[in-house]
Amino acid sequence: MIEVSHLTKRYGDHTAVADLSFTVADGQIYGFLGPNGAGKSTTMNMITGCIAATEGQITIDGHDIFEDAAEAKKQIGYLPEIPPLYPDMTPREYLQFVAQAKQVARSDIDAQVAHAISVTQIADVQNRLIKHLSKGYKQRVGIAQALLGNPKIIILDEPTVGLDPLQIIEIRDLIRDLGKAHTVILSSHILSEIQAVCDNILIISKGKLVACDTTENLQELFAGNRTLSLTVKATAEEVHQILDGLEGVAELRCTPLENGLAEVQVVEQAEQDLAEPVFNAFADFRRPILRMNEVHANLEDVFIELIDENQRAAVPEEAVPAAPEAAQAEPEEEVQRDAGNL
Amino acid sequence: MLAIYKRELSSFYKGMFGYIVAGFMLIFAGIYCSAYNLSAGYPAFEYVLSAITFLYMLIVPILTMRSFAEERRQHTDQLLYSLPISMSKVVWGKYLAMLTVLAVPIVIISFYPLILTRFGTVNLIGAYSGLVGYFLLGAALIALGMFVSSLTENQAVAAGLSFICTLLVFMMSTLTSYLPASAMGSYVTLTIFVLLAGLLTWLITKNSTIGIGVAVILEIALSVCFVLWRSAFIGLAGTILQQLSLFDRLGSFLNGMFDLTGVVYDLSFAAVFVFLTVQSLEKRRWS
Repeated sequence: MIEVSHLTKRYGDHTAVADLSFTVADGQIYGFLGPNGAGKSTTMNMITGCIAATEGQITIDGHDIFEDAAEAKKQIGYLPEIPPLYPDMTPREYLQFVAQAKQVARSDIDAQVAHAISVTQIADVQNRLIKHLSKGYKQRVGIAQALLGNPKIIILDEPTVGLDPLQIIEIRDLIRDLGKAHTVILSSHILSEIQAVCDNILIISKGKLVACDTTENLQELFAGNRTLSLTVKATAEEVHQILDGLEGVAELRCTPLENGLAEVQVVEQAEQDLAEPVFNAFADFRRPILRMNEVHANLEDVFIELIDENQRAAVPEEAVPAAPEAAQAEPEEEVQRDAGNL
Repeated sequence: MLAIYKRELSSFYKGMFGYIVAGFMLIFAGIYCSAYNLSAGYPAFEYVLSAITFLYMLIVPILTMRSFAEERRQHTDQLLYSLPISMSKVVWGKYLAMLTVLAVPIVIISFYPLILTRFGTVNLIGAYSGLVGYFLLGAALIALGMFVSSLTENQAVAAGLSFICTLLVFMMSTLTSYLPASAMGSYVTLTIFVLLAGLLTWLITKNSTIGIGVAVILEIALSVCFVLWRSAFIGLAGTILQQLSLFDRLGSFLNGMFDLTGVVYDLSFAAVFVFLTVQSLEKRRWS
């Protein structure tokens, strides 16, 4: 368990992290989300003891990261933003070195190195020089290094930056696997990534914590109501005729398309599930539904809203258009539901 | 510490720096040995050692420039900072690895006097006390170079700076003879050193207030001494520098004396710079 209380880091006049307090419970995957320059790396560097806090306290399983550094650091495996690799070593040599430096018992070193190699799937390249490896493999070697010493907590700073889409998926799967045996904290400025792997999300902006909750809660909290999206073979009048009487509809939007089709958005009232009633209503009128799916509000909206709020609070006159990250995030995540195949 | 030591040592011999250092030393020791001992027939191996002291100006920058500057450049210093071992163990591991790289050619050279005994009488005591002194001088200079390397992330800058430092140390005794011997002259010279100490503190702490504070306090102390014991200042700067000159210390070793104060001085010089290296690295956690 990591307890962070009133953590502050100042560089001269610039405050990188301001009065951050949160707790990380065991056995879950935490996402640390924020725009570039929000203080994610600084916070991670402080948690791992690489840099000192100006104020505040960090304890790892009750061990203070500065007072009791050796014990606290043994609980943590850390992959910094740039993997700390020695280009003139092979992954195997490198991992053996790190295991020794982390004071893994001599008899244990080979087993741990072998385990780290197999978990991160770098057996193919283990005897090549690190400088000849691809970025994806370097990242894996970096993660393997974090696994040595069998730490309870693994901290990964932007583990997927600069990787191609296939590698990103592989690394995400790896992180999910790690989450089964370790507490994992990963940082990212990419929303879809955090959404895809993390149980809990900490959102940070300009060095301040703006939200800290489970992924679902955050989504629900800011999502408002769910929406059903349909394509039906009916005219706009028919759609209104069919759905107007239906209970639980908060809002109905209908856009006629060509070929006698219409695009319909049904916003549900809270605690309502309209998929079946809507299906039955159309069935009664013998109007076929060609497609129906439920649209969950996206974390992206939550994120932009939170960051925006925080920035407006900080600099009221400066209307900063929030988050260039939106460009990098995946398109709206649509959750397909069993919508009665017509 | 052992892990750091082994990694560092193997990296010296995986690259070429370990071989460059050994090669340089063996070539020049060989040239001077054949010139002085074999051709000219001098029975003293110390002359060879005395002739190759200038090598440290090349060897020390080559050996030390990468030590911390390179870690910082390739961002491996973050690994070192996150390890559950103290920074002083990391520094000692690296320092001892560099000493080992230096010791390899010196051990080889230490067979030369024995070989020479086949051709005549050699002053073995002089030769070996000279070798010990030579190694200790190297140990002190390497600590200095390592400290310089911990200040920058550019190894070329580190090499240049440690070359200049080694050069200054090398020429110190020559330079002191040009210093003014008057009391006022000593006062001015020592003031310059006070300012340098202040500058160094500033560089290490990156805090101008502390740097200026150190300089001011030392300068006040110096001025008080100057006013109270003016006569003692005559020739003082020269004497102090003479005493502090690492290369002058080597002289007594080369004269066949196992100079205990010299040993202590070299070792403390090394220890101070190892300590400063640890401080300069720890400092970076806080800035």
